[in-house]
Amino acid sequence: MPTVSVGRDRLFAALGKSYTKEELKKKEVSEKAEKEFEDECFRFGIELDDVTTEKAIIRKEKHLDEEEGDEDEEVIYKIDIPANRYDLLCLEGLSQALRIFEKKDEVPQYKLANVSKESMMKMHVKPETSLIRPHVVCAVLRGMTFTEASYNSFIDLQDKLHQNICRRRTLVAIGTHDLDTIQAPFSYEALPPSSISFVPLKQTKNFRADELMEFYKSDLKLKKFLHIIENSKVFPVIYDNNRTVLSLPPIINGAHSAITLKTKNVFIECTATDLTKAKIVLNTIVTAFSSYCERKFEIEPVEVLYPDGKSYVYPDLSIYNMDVSLSYINRKIGLSLGADEVIDLLNKMQLGAQQSVSGNKQDNITVLIPPTRSDILHPCDVMEDVAIAYGYNNIPRTKPASLPGSLKPLVLNELSDVLRSEIAMNGYTEVLNFILCSWRENFDMLRRRDDKSKAVVVGNPRSSDFELVRTTLMPGILKSVGHNKDHPKPIKVFEVGDVTMLDEKKDVGATNRRQLAALYCGASSGFELIHGLVDRIMEVLGAAFVPIGDNAGYYLQHAEEPEFLPGVQASIYYKGKQIGNFGILHPEVLKNFDIPDPCSYVEMNIESFL
Amino acid sequence: MAADQHPRKEILEKAILGYLENNNDISNLEQFAEQLAAENKSEINHNDIDSAIKSLRGFGYIETHDIRKESWVLTEEGKGYAAAGSPEVQVFLAIPAEGITQVALKKKLDESVFQRGFGRAANNEWVEISKKLITRKVQHVDDKVRELLMKIHANEAVDQAEIEALKKRELIQKQTQKGYSPVKKGPNYAPVRKKFVTDLTRESLQNGDWKELEFKEFNLNAQGMPSKFGALHPLLKVRKQVKDIFIQMGYEEMATNNYIESSFWNFDALFQPQQHPARDSHDTFFLRTPSTTKELPEDYVERVKRVHESGGYESRGYGCNWKREEAEKNLLRTHTTAVSSRILYLLAKEAQQPPFAPKKYFSIDRVFRNESVDRTHLAEFHQIEGWICDRGLTLGNLMGVLEDFFKRLGMSKLKFKPAYNPYTEPSMEIFGYHKGFRKWVEIGNSGMFRPEMLRPMGFPEDVEVIAWGLSLERPAMILYEIDNIREMFGHQVDLGFIKRNPICRLGLSHNIE
Repeated sequence: MPTVSVGRDRLFAALGKSYTKEELKKKEVSEKAEKEFEDECFRFGIELDDVTTEKAIIRKEKHLDEEEGDEDEEVIYKIDIPANRYDLLCLEGLSQALRIFEKKDEVPQYKLANVSKESMMKMHVKPETSLIRPHVVCAVLRGMTFTEASYNSFIDLQDKLHQNICRRRTLVAIGTHDLDTIQAPFSYEALPPSSISFVPLKQTKNFRADELMEFYKSDLKLKKFLHIIENSKVFPVIYDNNRTVLSLPPIINGAHSAITLKTKNVFIECTATDLTKAKIVLNTIVTAFSSYCERKFEIEPVEVLYPDGKSYVYPDLSIYNMDVSLSYINRKIGLSLGADEVIDLLNKMQLGAQQSVSGNKQDNITVLIPPTRSDILHPCDVMEDVAIAYGYNNIPRTKPASLPGSLKPLVLNELSDVLRSEIAMNGYTEVLNFILCSWRENFDMLRRRDDKSKAVVVGNPRSSDFELVRTTLMPGILKSVGHNKDHPKPIKVFEVGDVTMLDEKKDVGATNRRQLAALYCGASSGFELIHGLVDRIMEVLGAAFVPIGDNAGYYLQHAEEPEFLPGVQASIYYKGKQIGNFGILHPEVLKNFDIPDPCSYVEMNIESFL
Repeated sequence: MAADQHPRKEILEKAILGYLENNNDISNLEQFAEQLAAENKSEINHNDIDSAIKSLRGFGYIETHDIRKESWVLTEEGKGYAAAGSPEVQVFLAIPAEGITQVALKKKLDESVFQRGFGRAANNEWVEISKKLITRKVQHVDDKVRELLMKIHANEAVDQAEIEALKKRELIQKQTQKGYSPVKKGPNYAPVRKKFVTDLTRESLQNGDWKELEFKEFNLNAQGMPSKFGALHPLLKVRKQVKDIFIQMGYEEMATNNYIESSFWNFDALFQPQQHPARDSHDTFFLRTPSTTKELPEDYVERVKRVHESGGYESRGYGCNWKREEAEKNLLRTHTTAVSSRILYLLAKEAQQPPFAPKKYFSIDRVFRNESVDRTHLAEFHQIEGWICDRGLTLGNLMGVLEDFFKRLGMSKLKFKPAYNPYTEPSMEIFGYHKGFRKWVEIGNSGMFRPEMLRPMGFPEDVEVIAWGLSLERPAMILYEIDNIREMFGHQVDLGFIKRNPICRLGLSHNIE
């Protein structure tokens, strides 16, 4: 879930809250205001995650001690935003949404500046870009007035978008430029790195693109993005009419066109591998910041021309109309609201709405989805917004009619639970271990060889602890005993749980097996006690002890498993099928798991008893 | 020695009871014991006396109370003089009749004896000191100091002035000793003690001895002998109670014994976009073997692809390319909802042939997240999941169901916060008021499955699924007051912890409507 940090006082001012800065210095006032804001967030579906200050954040980063904050430090609210609400990722968008929610504002009407097709700024896309990053969308914000705060917010928003919807710049990369330093028309090209050369942002010297990539390998922030284009023969690049480099997406902008506090006209370009997301990103930026334009909420369009002759005008601020039936909304939530009420509630959520007038469509409400609400995909999203605006906690809580019929037990789990109790009655203590383990624990340390036919292997383990899905309960139990070697002897433990085996017959290629395992550890190995436990388990399962080869019950055969000592081990056969083994654990296995005392161990599959 | 203490104690007990049969009391117990010891040619010490008296008094055979006695005893130096004579007498006796030089006298005697005795002998005017020789001034002296010391040692009365003098010379010191007031018959007096046992044996039960036996009153301050027992794991005890709650509410258990899942069932079928961060290798364990799923239901895959790319069922879709390779990637399931999606797909097929049968399902099983491990996070945990599939379910129904469920878990005050989840709409975070913490805590997530998930499966428009999920570990940690999850789950858990913790009473409350 993304988090936005906003200055409290600035946020409160934007929300039109009446607290003055002086009042907020008083603890009881600031606590009351915080509580109020927190409740509002809760109702709206965002969360005040943390209250801090700039200095406290820095102190935390540097691992410095907590010290009394200076009372003049600006208080920062960290707010958790749902992952699909890109429009709330900056103070401008957030405060606007909350003002509308509180009915302090109307839904803004965004519009494109009235520019003739001829005088519209143009971006020419060259065919080579399709090799690396095929899309670009652009827009212009005219007559901007930045303050230090709004400027920082503008930069932060781009950062947040890059981190989230842009998937760390792989899908979309944003470049913003001082339009007065560059000359339209622009061209979006893809060229060999050695033929691109410019002064990048925050540098003073000219770099060739390939040298620049080398240079950024030591840059903590930028090195993460190099992989996106590094192996390509051509790099994406945007030029103006004078061949000034605007940007080398998705890595860095040029220094020449950098925006400053004094910038009046901002040129925005988003290059992308995913066009839908590029449009959302562009819309998110221009809708949030067009409030600072000389003509509020007006955005100047840019025409993007492709080599095949097609051309598109961006941003696309069209309103999407969605017909949603009133009865659908009421039925799904469990309310009976009138059309007027629903329209009123939708307006609180930035959705325009009107009742359809024509004949049999009277039940329908036409919802006008603004470009800020890319998260609305389906009438169910509209329905949710009505529920939120109505207040989740105001909805009557009812129970659905109860269901008739009889229920089937899940026999495998019922059997497991019954057996667990029986083994505990035999004086064994239950352990619960992880399913993931290391390759060594599952094979080497058990003296077992991996013939690659059994184990499910994790592709991206964070550490060796998560390399493999266990094929036996043994590693977990032995680790438990190793960790508890100071526990009074004898130690008697057991576990009932699933292992996973490769299985060609399954769609996913693997299947779970329900296993039962128990271990005795003491001054002697307790081999006879484990043998006795096997007999007892068989007894409660109703399996008789039968001569070898008789399929009516269970019998034992000599086994030669590497984890046990030779001679003192046996395989358990039930109805003619081998279901498990028991024996005295091999001293080398004990050593591998740091267990100083002799142990006996049994493990068997219980699915034959279903 | 401990071994012969017991018979010594018994001898003493027997003697005390026997003496009291014909006498009023024993006024000096120590003397009594000494005499007895002499008769028996053994030794009876203070411990023997104490244990005999405690035992007899405890059963009411005798009456006596503890007293403190003060007496004078000899110091180490005093004991030496009681044996060898006072130093002044030793000095006197060391002087031969013809006299001796001081150097020779010193040589004859112990250094401390000379130092302490010479001055006193001189002061007593027993010796004559001239320039060359020391000679006797009198022919005979009495060793009064030694006599006094022996008297004190024998507990005989000594004049107070003498006592003061000896004390000043540090030859005697005061000693406080525990003793007993005169011992008399007690309320349960008998001339012979009954037998005294701690347990009833088969033998004494069968031969009738038990009537003569006296049972040792058991110690209420001590704990019993530790029981030998097995134990179930605390987390699984909680699982059992939660499972019972679901069963009481009429839910059927899903078979979730398949940890390996395809991205398709884990994500795509749930309308989770392919570029969603949860599908990143930072959050999910993907597999090297078996790396992909070979089999998917083709017509359904086609419908899922369409709803992701371009929508349908009144949806706009995500407007992005949907890749089959991405859906085929195998993983360790990140939620049991992967199983729900398989079951719902089958239910939707059944739903094609009326009558439609509503369903309630639950599961509690292992899920995996590729997260870094800390006090509250593990790479694997147990997810509790419940859902109802029926026609015409409402958001209000979901809240009603959750209220019932969490009330049974002990949380009767709930509130709901709007949230985002790719496969539910509306989505709600569930907050419960924790009476112990006196605050609202997040306890789970819930929502109604999106039409983009249900409709491609084949469900009609009016069939809704209301669902919720939470982890098993969180309520268990709150219940057992554990703040580090690794102390409750995994191989680092202390076996003692597993053995000691109490039964889980979730769902055992009577206050359910």
